[in-house]
Amino acid sequence: MEHTSGLERALRGVALALIVVFFLFPILWIFLMSFQTNEEILRIPPSPFFTPTLGNYAALISGKLTTVSGTLDIAFMRNLWNSVLLSTASVAIALVLGVPAAYAFARFKFRLGEDIAFTLLSFRFAPPLLVLLPLSLYFQQLGLTDTYAGLIWVYQLIALPLILWIVRGYFEDISPDIEHAYRVAGHSWWSTFTRIAVPLAGPGIAAAGLLAFIFCWNNFVFALILASADKQPVTVGALAFVTASGIQYGQIAAAIVLSVTPTLALALYAQRYLVEGLSLGAVKG
Amino acid sequence: MSQVALSIQGVDKIYRRRGRPPVHAVRTLDMQVGSGEIVALLGSSGCGKTSTLRMIAGFEDVTSGSITLAGRRIDRLEPASRGVTMAFEGYSLYPPLTVRDNIAFALKSARLPAREVDKTVEDMARLVDIEPILDRYPSSISGGQQQRASLARALARRADLYLLDEPMGQLEPQLRAILRGRLKNLLVERGMTSIFVTHDQTEANALADRIAVMEGGILQQFADPKTLRERPANLFVATFVGEPPMNVFAATVAVGDRVSFAVDDGPVFSFSSNELPLDVRDAIGGRKRATIGVRPHAVRLGAGPNEARVVSNQWLGDQSHLAMDVAGKLMVAVSHARIAARSGDLVAFRVGAADLHIFDSDTGAAVSHGLAPACG
Ligand SMILES: Nc1ncnc2c1ncn2[C@@H]1O[C@H](COP(=O)(O)OP(=O)(O)OP(=O)(O)O)[C@@H](O)[C@H]1O
Ligand SMILES: [Mg+2]
Repeated sequence: MEHTSGLERALRGVALALIVVFFLFPILWIFLMSFQTNEEILRIPPSPFFTPTLGNYAALISGKLTTVSGTLDIAFMRNLWNSVLLSTASVAIALVLGVPAAYAFARFKFRLGEDIAFTLLSFRFAPPLLVLLPLSLYFQQLGLTDTYAGLIWVYQLIALPLILWIVRGYFEDISPDIEHAYRVAGHSWWSTFTRIAVPLAGPGIAAAGLLAFIFCWNNFVFALILASADKQPVTVGALAFVTASGIQYGQIAAAIVLSVTPTLALALYAQRYLVEGLSLGAVKG
Repeated sequence: MSQVALSIQGVDKIYRRRGRPPVHAVRTLDMQVGSGEIVALLGSSGCGKTSTLRMIAGFEDVTSGSITLAGRRIDRLEPASRGVTMAFEGYSLYPPLTVRDNIAFALKSARLPAREVDKTVEDMARLVDIEPILDRYPSSISGGQQQRASLARALARRADLYLLDEPMGQLEPQLRAILRGRLKNLLVERGMTSIFVTHDQTEANALADRIAVMEGGILQQFADPKTLRERPANLFVATFVGEPPMNVFAATVAVGDRVSFAVDDGPVFSFSSNELPLDVRDAIGGRKRATIGVRPHAVRLGAGPNEARVVSNQWLGDQSHLAMDVAGKLMVAVSHARIAARSGDLVAFRVGAADLHIFDSDTGAAVSHGLAPACG
């Protein structure tokens, strides 16, 4: 570690604080907004002082949105549940398919292997809207429109290439001889994969899974076009807050807080594995 | 040789990579290793030693040919069922496990009782001097310690064949000498058939019953250390095995009353028919050109028909290395007596017929060694 003077450390602290404030302020502000009424939010000048209310959260949870012009039904909790279901299932399936595939691409040099891997990645190049038109036609014919299965399938376009390419890199970094040493000691190919390769690539798999989850969670267009209200995730459901009698900022803020929570919780949980993996020391060998 | 344990027949390895020219790493390799035999694989870097071991262990497919171990054809089997163990060039310890568990995991998969596993691990750790670091993780021990742990792991398990890829390459000479002795005892005591790769000829000589010399993917010669030294099969083996290497010169041959070899722009070595037996003359046949060689230890200094100018003279504490200028090349002579010559001095020397190696000038194949023609 280099020697750092006190001044240097103080300056570094200030710089860090500035960055933290810059990035976290919007989130903090939204958090505060979620406890205010629409009138409090819209008053001029804005003030950080208010009497907190749980009304926004109550409205979301009960599904009754009260505006000046009457009461509206919203399906926020259902949307949230859809988001959790769609993202979790999509990432789980993408992991089950993608991790072994990534291993195969990393370890076995087969004909067209590189081409197949690249084709999978190329799904990410096409703008989603371009894919959507033909896809929605197919989905109508296959009867997959407005089903969870259909959405999860489409979400593989997001999650699978991501997992495949990130995890493949991690597998390639593991010296094949570590696996060879295990195999020659009397273990099958499969148990070498599950007992040696997967644990060593663990941090990479956690990172890829987390990233894929966030991408799925934040997806908007696929669900907007391919699903109807009761299958839609929060990203689409949030449109309901733009009502005839104005935009419900308080509820939107509360909705944002609620919908960020699962991703945040997952990130904090996965972080443990990320750090644990790194502290086990060099994997390359 | 006792019963054959490992038999490699006509094995080729060609690495094919997309967009790159194929690499022919091993060429029609034929090799038989006896049960309990210790074999050293010697050769310059990139000559195909590791490729050979990896094909035996099953990490690389053989491109053609067959491998048989303990009576079973193994070249299409999974590594797990071939009955071999291997110590890797790159150590390849499993990072999340301690050294102890790394050595033990092979034993545990063989379902040995825990007490026996512990004892074997301790024994192997003692053998390679790593007892104090048994509970450390691979990332926190030195390269040499990792190498020894990896060697211990390979030796711990019972197998039909032990493959050791440069098992002591990272260690200092003193420790290497100690481990060499212990390793040899272990291998001999338990009759462990083994093949080890080394760049250290002392190690090869000390440990191995037979040494396989490879170059360019081709097995040049597979023989015991004495034969390699005295009857190298070709020019490559002659110059590769032995320290300092054999002195070789291209020469013009004249066979008459005497057989003489005139080194290009240099001295003439000439032998009477009493000195060179008839069958050596027959082996030379009608050759006009040949490559002749003489080991540094066999150059007799102080008398004789030839003379050369000294380039350098080093006393190594127990032997003199005298470098002389012969036909514009360096000729090294080793003597166990301390030699007084200084650079620039003229020194007389002779080469006895019994110490003369003759090789074909085109193929490099041995024609004769001393007083007997090379066979084959
Ligand atoms: N996976 C591979 N793909 C392509 N070529 C390879 C591969 N592995 C080895 N080679 C090539 O095959 C040849 C033999 O390699 P090998 O590793 O067997 O050499 P070695 O005798 O063990 O050398 P060293 O003493 O340096 O360990 C080399 O030319 C090497 O470049
Ligand atoms: Mg090698």
